[in-house]
Amino acid sequence: MKFSLNPAAPDRRLLDRSRRARAMSWIMAIMLFLTVLAGALGLGMFAARGSLDRQLSGRLTVQIVEPDAAARDRDTQAMADAFRKMPSVKRVEVVDRERLAELVRPWLGDAGLDPDLPMPAMIDVDLSDGSDAAVSRVAQAAKAIYADARVDRHAQWLSPVRSFMTTMSWLAAGLVLLMATATAAVVLLVARSGLDTHRDTIEVLHMLGATDIQVARLFQRRIAFDTLLGGLLGAGAAMGLVAFLQSRLGLLGSEMLSGVALQQRDWFLLLMLPILFALMATFAARVAVLRALGRVL
Amino acid sequence: MANIVQFENVGLRYGTGPETLSDVSFSLRSGAFYFVTGASGAGKTSLLKLLYLAQRPTRGVVRLFGEDTVTLPRKRLPGFRRRIGVVFQDFRLVPHLSSYDNIALPLRVAGIPESDIEAPVREMLAWVGLTDRGKAKPLTLSGGEQQRIAIARAVIGRPEILVADEPTGNVDPDMAERLLHLFESLNRLGTTVVVATHDFHLLNRIPTAHMMRLDKGQIHDPTGALRHPAGSTE
Repeated sequence: MKFSLNPAAPDRRLLDRSRRARAMSWIMAIMLFLTVLAGALGLGMFAARGSLDRQLSGRLTVQIVEPDAAARDRDTQAMADAFRKMPSVKRVEVVDRERLAELVRPWLGDAGLDPDLPMPAMIDVDLSDGSDAAVSRVAQAAKAIYADARVDRHAQWLSPVRSFMTTMSWLAAGLVLLMATATAAVVLLVARSGLDTHRDTIEVLHMLGATDIQVARLFQRRIAFDTLLGGLLGAGAAMGLVAFLQSRLGLLGSEMLSGVALQQRDWFLLLMLPILFALMATFAARVAVLRALGRVL
Repeated sequence: MANIVQFENVGLRYGTGPETLSDVSFSLRSGAFYFVTGASGAGKTSLLKLLYLAQRPTRGVVRLFGEDTVTLPRKRLPGFRRRIGVVFQDFRLVPHLSSYDNIALPLRVAGIPESDIEAPVREMLAWVGLTDRGKAKPLTLSGGEQQRIAIARAVIGRPEILVADEPTGNVDPDMAERLLHLFESLNRLGTTVVVATHDFHLLNRIPTAHMMRLDKGQIHDPTGALRHPAGSTE
């Protein structure tokens, strides 16, 4: 009984295909469908977190809360000029009054456009490097001009979002592991049940001098095939669904959500899942069958 | 002729029950023909199970091909089993395989290339008179045909010993005689044949055969009527 890729090879016929074997493919299809969805969620969240980090790690907003409009405008201009001279600063943009009025419109309505309304001045600063030292240098420069200047790191505002994304990534990884464990358990049960179903055939094979490895190989090949077939089916359906959701996400035009989009590498990883599961199932089947056969003469 | 099998004070007990075989001692010579007789429940099947390595004895020594099979590591058993052909009373053909594939099974188990399998399988089908039944599944065959396929499967690997447990139990007398003829022709080619039967009519069909009588798990020949009693070193 040598290994053959030919589906009509005689050793393939030794274990007859039962209804249970076909059920195995469907179970694996469902398992892999859910696993790929969980994997896509994890990879998406991981990518989004990376994108968030890249976008926000060096982004700051400096606030000048000065009631005297002339002093505020002077300090704002001086601060913007000072920032532009700093080597670690990529971009400096003073947020204009109309933009600020737009931001407070939900709370103040058109009153925000009133020039007499004291509003803080804001300067958006993008750093080439989001390190603490670079942020600290900007803060020192700001406070040298206006002692009460407030420096807000965007990353700090969005840290709960980042933390949520991290949690979701770990949750997805946990789900993938859980599904892998459940798959291994299903394979063990299927292998044991297969041993019962084919007990007579196995006994005959043993009497004819078949080794445990030869018998195990019959089962592991069958289970690997069923897992791969079901897995590819389930993974294909899940990847189709993910692609559809991704296209819908793209239509939303959200900068943050666009980071969730899976990259080519992520698709490749998802495609590897059914293959990994088939390998794992093969190993689990081998272990289960060899252990069971080891208990008989 | 050298001894191919040797039993020394062999006992066999299933679980905590009484001994099925008790102080069984005998030896089988290479190339000889043996009948194991005895009433149902005498222990014939248990004795054969020890011979074809489906069981290990509870006590005593079983030597096969010069090696003690009691202490033989489990991983070496397949190699020994390939040297033994077994014919079961209930045939034990694999039901979803064709006659051809059932006969080819021992060769495939032994790793013989597919290209070298067809000729011997065809030869075996012809030998048992079932040339045109190669594609038939066991369930479509008669009892006699199934038994002949089982015999072909047992001998295709040219075993050194052929063990048959009540091979004529499920066939009519004519077929029983034909099967016995197959065993005899195989024996003439040098294979040691051991046939368990409770059918005393069969015993006289092969005058040269040795006989061992089992009674209540022990080898007996109290009347001396049987030829070549157990332990005979003739």
